[in-house]
Amino acid sequence: MAEFNLIINGVGGQGLITLLRIISLASQKEGYDIKTSELHGLSQRGGSVEVHIRFGKKIYSPLVPQGKANLVISLELQESLNGLHYSSPKTHFLINQYKTPTFTKDLSEKEILGIVKKISKNLFLIPASEICQKELGSEVVAGIYLLGLAFSKKLLPLKSDSIISAIKKIIPEKYRELNLKAFELARQSFSSKNLGG
Amino acid sequence: MEEILLNKPGKKIILLGNEAIVRGGLEEGVNFVSTYPGTPASEIGNIFNQIAKKIGVYFEFSTNEKVALEAGIGASFAGLKTLVAMKNFGLNVALDSLLPFCYTGTKGPAVIVVADDPSCHSSAQSEENSRFIAETAHIPVLEPSDPQECKDFVRLGFQISEKYKIPVIVRTTTRVAHQKMPVKFDKITRPGNGVGKFVKEPKRFVTLPPRVLEQKKELLEKIEKIREFSEKSKINFQSDKKNALAQKFPMGIITSGISYLYVMEALKELNLSLPVLKLGFFYPLPEEKIKDFIKNFKKVLIVEELEPYLEREVERLAKDINPKLQIFGKTLLPETGELKPEQVILALAKFTGKKYKKLPITSYQLPKIKHLPRFCPGCPYWSVFAAVKKVAPKDTVFGGDIGCYMLAGTPAIAAQDYLSAMGSSVGIAHGIARTVKKQKTITFIGDSTFFHAGIPALINTVFNKSNPLIIILDNGTTAMTGHQPHPGTSVRTDSEYKFEWDQRDKSLLSPPLRSEEGDPSSLETKERPLQIEKIVAGCGVKNLKVVNSFDLKAIEKAVEEFLPKKETSVIIARGICALLRKHLPK
Ligand SMILES: Cc1ncc(C[n+]2csc(CCOP(=O)(O)OP(=O)(O)O)c2C)c(N)n1
Ligand code: SF4
Repeated sequence: MAEFNLIINGVGGQGLITLLRIISLASQKEGYDIKTSELHGLSQRGGSVEVHIRFGKKIYSPLVPQGKANLVISLELQESLNGLHYSSPKTHFLINQYKTPTFTKDLSEKEILGIVKKISKNLFLIPASEICQKELGSEVVAGIYLLGLAFSKKLLPLKSDSIISAIKKIIPEKYRELNLKAFELARQSFSSKNLGG
Repeated sequence: MEEILLNKPGKKIILLGNEAIVRGGLEEGVNFVSTYPGTPASEIGNIFNQIAKKIGVYFEFSTNEKVALEAGIGASFAGLKTLVAMKNFGLNVALDSLLPFCYTGTKGPAVIVVADDPSCHSSAQSEENSRFIAETAHIPVLEPSDPQECKDFVRLGFQISEKYKIPVIVRTTTRVAHQKMPVKFDKITRPGNGVGKFVKEPKRFVTLPPRVLEQKKELLEKIEKIREFSEKSKINFQSDKKNALAQKFPMGIITSGISYLYVMEALKELNLSLPVLKLGFFYPLPEEKIKDFIKNFKKVLIVEELEPYLEREVERLAKDINPKLQIFGKTLLPETGELKPEQVILALAKFTGKKYKKLPITSYQLPKIKHLPRFCPGCPYWSVFAAVKKVAPKDTVFGGDIGCYMLAGTPAIAAQDYLSAMGSSVGIAHGIARTVKKQKTITFIGDSTFFHAGIPALINTVFNKSNPLIIILDNGTTAMTGHQPHPGTSVRTDSEYKFEWDQRDKSLLSPPLRSEEGDPSSLETKERPLQIEKIVAGCGVKNLKVVNSFDLKAIEKAVEEFLPKKETSVIIARGICALLRKHLPK
């Protein structure tokens, strides 16, 4: 693999930087060169956020160039639109079926998926927040759940050992079990039923 | 976070640019660190705040960047190794003290980190390019591209400062400061006992004519010496050392900072091999090296963000050595907004004449989505703005200032008619209130901003007799930049990550700020080291009230009472930041 380009987007407070840390540590364990980009400073909740993670043999730019994303993980439905700039017909989309108001102009699920499909048909819509709330009593781990799915669907070329050990290293002890469970839950649900569409 | 303290040379740890800056300081044995928070530089202070005690480094959050720099100047004069960090706007505040510091020079070595924010991801007021400072102050400026260079350049900055007795700026941008990569560790140097000694040397530390003009001459001589250093320095390098490409190709690229990474990305994408000159020094530039690079070219592309500083320098140098050289830069790349890799790919394709098919996606007019940020649930500002809006006349002029409360400018609240630099809401309100006849002027200023730059402006409104209503939003923290303490909070140091509050002070902070109903008069009496109400009263303000931010009725009443007044009025709306509160001990 020459390089892998990942965009994760969502809204402030969804734990994007934690996901970034886990994935970059896991890819470092596998011997890849890594560059990431994140934005800090917006304390307030609810604003759009996006992080870039790139790993491979030799990576220069911390930003994913236009059209080069292999995978877009959207923790909020509408944010998936902001991944399109980085996408091509080969890009996979893993979208959380979870919507928060933009306080500008909101689009419906149908409208959004319609637009995403103009670029890429490789799209999975998963109610990750709902599943995590129901099964684990906490929707905060929706991101980890989607990470588990990305891994199980072979959309993320990393080994489960590296991811699990990165989770163990990065998540504080208090929340470690919960996060590992979310990752595991995604893997099981993948093998038991066929998600997506 | 503890990883940053690992003393394992050779180990590679994934670090953020700002973390790498901290590590660079530790490896050089920095003694004294001061800052005022500002994104994208905030993590530097936050991390030192957490680790300083443990490793015997002195750290402080200062009142503002000027004071932070002055603290660093004092420590340097006393012989200590000093690091000062700030965002670009902080440099403006510190500027007045920076120039004389370059004239006097350093005793202990000093590095100043300045973080720019192209595209204004976390900056309200302007897209500032701090490079202007180099020529103005005659201060060496280094520009790292990635976290590894952040660490290396901070170290080099200290070494240059030590050798030439001059402060050195390390200039980052958001995509450098907030970039991560594995960084190779070297040994940490223990900072010594941190005890300085001020040795009197009036010729050195006193700037005053006629000495100051001699000092300027000496400074210019220093810069020429450092230029010789820059000519030889490895951080100004050509992508192919033997210069074989430059012989072969009639063209090349000059770049620095984050743009270098986009250039390398673009070359890879276009499958091109071209000579690249990467400049780690922005000032003083290695002029001979640049001339040597461009002398045989037909054309050169300068890839840099924002204003064309390098491009102009190359134009100047080309006049001498290669007057026919075609210079491309801002003709192919924007001057507003940060660069994106795809822009550099396209610019390079145009520059070289290489065919590059734009990706099909650009043919769609795809909508983008913008989730607007909002006050957090439980934020004390919701009720303050609701109450003020309710009772203020329609044509009231609402002044805004820098902090979370800038969100008053969003359509949902719509209580911000102007916004400028930190503290300026009050100064501008004075000018407006002095000028308008019937309109009322109400201005909002955060507690940290009040201490930073609001006090002189408040004094001015009293002294020059105008009558704005100033509402100080006391949420007990510098919230926007990650909840740093300020002179009005009860503890001098806390930490973004752990919020370990000093036991003694816990009682001082929590009760008055926490209560949602509480008696507002009790809010005034609680002891805090520096009480805003006492400062305001000390400035001569007679119309002064402290209200509970969650108490709509009290705020409405106070506003109604103060709006007709002929003199300056101040309402202190006190209520703790909801995010901070979550982290406080119960
Ligand atoms: C000169 C300068 N320094 C630093 C900053 C970065 N900055 C932006 S908002 C802010 C915090 C202001 O805190 P406060 O006034 O208490 O408001 P809060 O965020 O708590 O509402 C700071 C330091 C800046 N914009 N300008
Ligand atoms: S961080 Fe604090 S002050 Fe800022 S919006 Fe949230 S609760 Fe309000």
